[in-house]
Amino acid sequence: MAQAHPLPDTFPKYLLRNAEMFGTRPAMRHKDRGIWQSWTWAEQRDQIRDFALGLTRLGLQKGDKVAIVGANRPRLYWAVCAVQSVGGIPLPVYADAVADELSYVLTHAGVRFAVVQDQEQVDKLQSFIERLTSLAAIIYDEPRGLRDYDKHMLHDFSDVQDMGRRAQSADAQLASRWESDIRNASGEDISIMLYTSGTTGRSKGVMLKAKNAVKAAQDTVAFDKLSETDSVLAYLPLAWVGDHYLNYAQGYVAGFCVACPESAQTVAQDLRELAPTFYFAPPRVFEGLLTSITIRMDDASALKQRIYRHFIDVARKHGEAILEGRKVPATARMSYALGEVLVYGPLKNVLGLSNIRVAYTAGEAIGADLFSFFRALGVNLKQLYGQTEAFLYVTCQKDGQVRSDTVGPPAPNVDIRISQDGEVQFRSPGMFSGYYLEDDKTADAMTPDGYVKTGDAGFFEKDGQLKIIDRAKDVGKLSNGALFAPKYIENMLKFFPNIKEAVAFGNGNDFASAFINIDLQAVGNWAERNNIAYASYQELAGHPLVYKMIAANVEDTNRRLAAEPMMAAAQIKRFLILHKELDADDGELTRTQKVRRAFVAERYAPLIEAVYDGSAEKFVDTEVTYEDGRKGRISATVKIVDTAVFDPAEPMQEAAE
Amino acid sequence: MNAHPDHESLVASDDGIAKGDLLMDVRNVSLSFGGVKAITDISFDVRKGEIRAIIGPNGAGKTSMLNVINGFYTPQVGTITFRGKERRAMKPHDAVRQGIARTFQNVALFKGMSTLDNIMAGRSVRMNRNIAWQMLWRGPALNEEIEHREKVEEIIDFLEIEHIRRTPVGKLPYGLQKRVELGRALAMEPSLLLLDEPMAGMNLEEKEDMSRFILDVNQQRGTTIALIEHDMGVVMDLSDRVVVLDYGKKIADGPPEEVKNSQAVIDAYLGVPH
Repeated sequence: MAQAHPLPDTFPKYLLRNAEMFGTRPAMRHKDRGIWQSWTWAEQRDQIRDFALGLTRLGLQKGDKVAIVGANRPRLYWAVCAVQSVGGIPLPVYADAVADELSYVLTHAGVRFAVVQDQEQVDKLQSFIERLTSLAAIIYDEPRGLRDYDKHMLHDFSDVQDMGRRAQSADAQLASRWESDIRNASGEDISIMLYTSGTTGRSKGVMLKAKNAVKAAQDTVAFDKLSETDSVLAYLPLAWVGDHYLNYAQGYVAGFCVACPESAQTVAQDLRELAPTFYFAPPRVFEGLLTSITIRMDDASALKQRIYRHFIDVARKHGEAILEGRKVPATARMSYALGEVLVYGPLKNVLGLSNIRVAYTAGEAIGADLFSFFRALGVNLKQLYGQTEAFLYVTCQKDGQVRSDTVGPPAPNVDIRISQDGEVQFRSPGMFSGYYLEDDKTADAMTPDGYVKTGDAGFFEKDGQLKIIDRAKDVGKLSNGALFAPKYIENMLKFFPNIKEAVAFGNGNDFASAFINIDLQAVGNWAERNNIAYASYQELAGHPLVYKMIAANVEDTNRRLAAEPMMAAAQIKRFLILHKELDADDGELTRTQKVRRAFVAERYAPLIEAVYDGSAEKFVDTEVTYEDGRKGRISATVKIVDTAVFDPAEPMQEAAE
Repeated sequence: MNAHPDHESLVASDDGIAKGDLLMDVRNVSLSFGGVKAITDISFDVRKGEIRAIIGPNGAGKTSMLNVINGFYTPQVGTITFRGKERRAMKPHDAVRQGIARTFQNVALFKGMSTLDNIMAGRSVRMNRNIAWQMLWRGPALNEEIEHREKVEEIIDFLEIEHIRRTPVGKLPYGLQKRVELGRALAMEPSLLLLDEPMAGMNLEEKEDMSRFILDVNQQRGTTIALIEHDMGVVMDLSDRVVVLDYGKKIADGPPEEVKNSQAVIDAYLGVPH
């Protein structure tokens, strides 16, 4: 990127630069009617220009907010840049948001235009259109089903582009004025507003300045050496900071090609056809891939199974070392090379991971086995930690310095510190410039000296990698002052296939304890193989052999906890297996299947009491809600078991000092 | 590029009949197998652009009626006039050439073939090159194949089955198989589409999807539809006019509201004390 003029500080400036520098290279692909359609950077610029000028014909003014609602489609990505190019502020909204949420965000932001994907979104918007007084027009991408709609305020995307084209043929200078307006635009303007998903209260509109957003993307593009020859498949929600950053921002800065899938259901097939070089997926996607591989292999012939197992063992032993360029015996290298031909290559090909140079995962804890499986195959999978407020990256792992239990050192130019009470705080180039219309919340989220509070508790390991342990407000202390991070313990337990859910307790008590839910499918299979008869979840959960099996898992967890100086004190001394599955209908889980720890503690208070008073068992009687809404009661005598704890590997430390 | 004219290229083949005019007229048709009278003296018509339902209790003769319409059975008595031409004895493939396509009560797809190939099979009636050209798969035959493939892709897009394009239909759940079968019938670009219990065995969500597709086919593509269905809610919501059969006889004919309140229909469905 050796250039005489300074680097662009807005994305539309990058659009013009890319159209000049990589004019004939693909910028966008989309599978449509079974065929990959593509647009070069020059074509993309023209598409965006026509739409932008059409929007101004419809009355778009500088500073107007434009909602963008839909799946990953070229025209919606173009709309983002088109709006930016004429000084508007794009505002992507989750396509699956219900009308109420959509109405809140759109009225809160006071959007003047909405660019939406299809009839579904048009219907949603029209259901509250009388409340949305600021709205001037809705523009849709797919006309299907909209033929008989009242076209007042409703425009087809291509009609708007036609308006832009007509304006250009009427005024020959218009296109060059559009370009010079872009070149004269300031990086101080707001580039985009991203609404937080709102899992903790109302969504907040995170405002990001163009120059900050661009700077952040420049840093990570350099960090991962992304270039115009890279490619990605854009399948994450458009409104999520990750999609906007990884696909849009990095795409414009590096000039690489963004491909849109044919539909949400075809992502796996599209991935396989494209074989992108950069990939992001949350841990559960990798988990799903591994499960499907395992299931398919179980159905394979005996010979294939043996070959697979042999070479996966080879990969487990040497794969990561080879990936990281460490010293490996020549025989192991040869064995791995053979494995690449017979197993890893074909496997990666099926998964669409053949050409991956950089892959990231984030969002939740990833199991060590799962993580190293993909790395052993030669997929350069790394972790990052990020937030909407940071415009994604806070930390990310360098090639060759990757671990499954940490999220890496600070990303380039990011400054991280751990506060007195253990909270992670950061300052970064991509840092947000405030929540829209909510200065009080902005003030809450920042420290007086300008750091952003993440709300996550964590600490730095000796090698400088950050480890996130829990939400800061959930982290407590045992009565002896040692750190107690419930989610950290729960995640460790949940990596065992037999354990479906775990709830850890211990804040203010002498020791840590856990409630466990067994995984009915996994344990049920095991019971079947071992001729253990059971009639219900409750019976299986109370079976002595099941208790024995889970006790072994808990002991393993304690052994791992003991190896970590910060966590060693919070080993699980006692545990019990709950007599019923935690259920969202009973309020024990959120609708997104996260444990509501406080609610569980209150509901099963007698059990917690029994855990800490040393009882060996306790009778409980619980009300349950069936799926049809009827209520019933379930009662049982729950056994409480002691487990072995281990001496800490290193002298115990006080929490986060 | 990328701007699809809302599937307009897929409208039913133009047969020069204006919307609302007579498309098919069934006159005094009777059908019997040996001594069993399946259909007795039935007359009704189908008008261009409507959704016409044929309902009735089990064994009322609905499927027999459909089989008569698409030429599988030849009635002993009566005439059928389709697009102004009267006919009696004909083979199902003649019916297809005339523009009548159908789906079956029990899905009748090629289980081992992919969704794409199954729908492509529906195009075979419209292929002009002979088998020698087809086997060569070069020149005009290839061009023709590409044209047909485009049509098929439009249908795949229309029915939202992109994700199963390459999946053998035998592996698909029932609801999707039904949708593929509808796709194959649509591939023939029929002027009359016969649906034999399109919702049978479906769950509520699948029924809603299928209803939407039937309405879309009818409204966007202007295809005339005659359907047999058991689910009364579906029939009453979808159809413009309903014929009710019982024991092979017509007992009512008219708009859904009228039919619903007809005493003969209520008796046929609920039974009458003898």
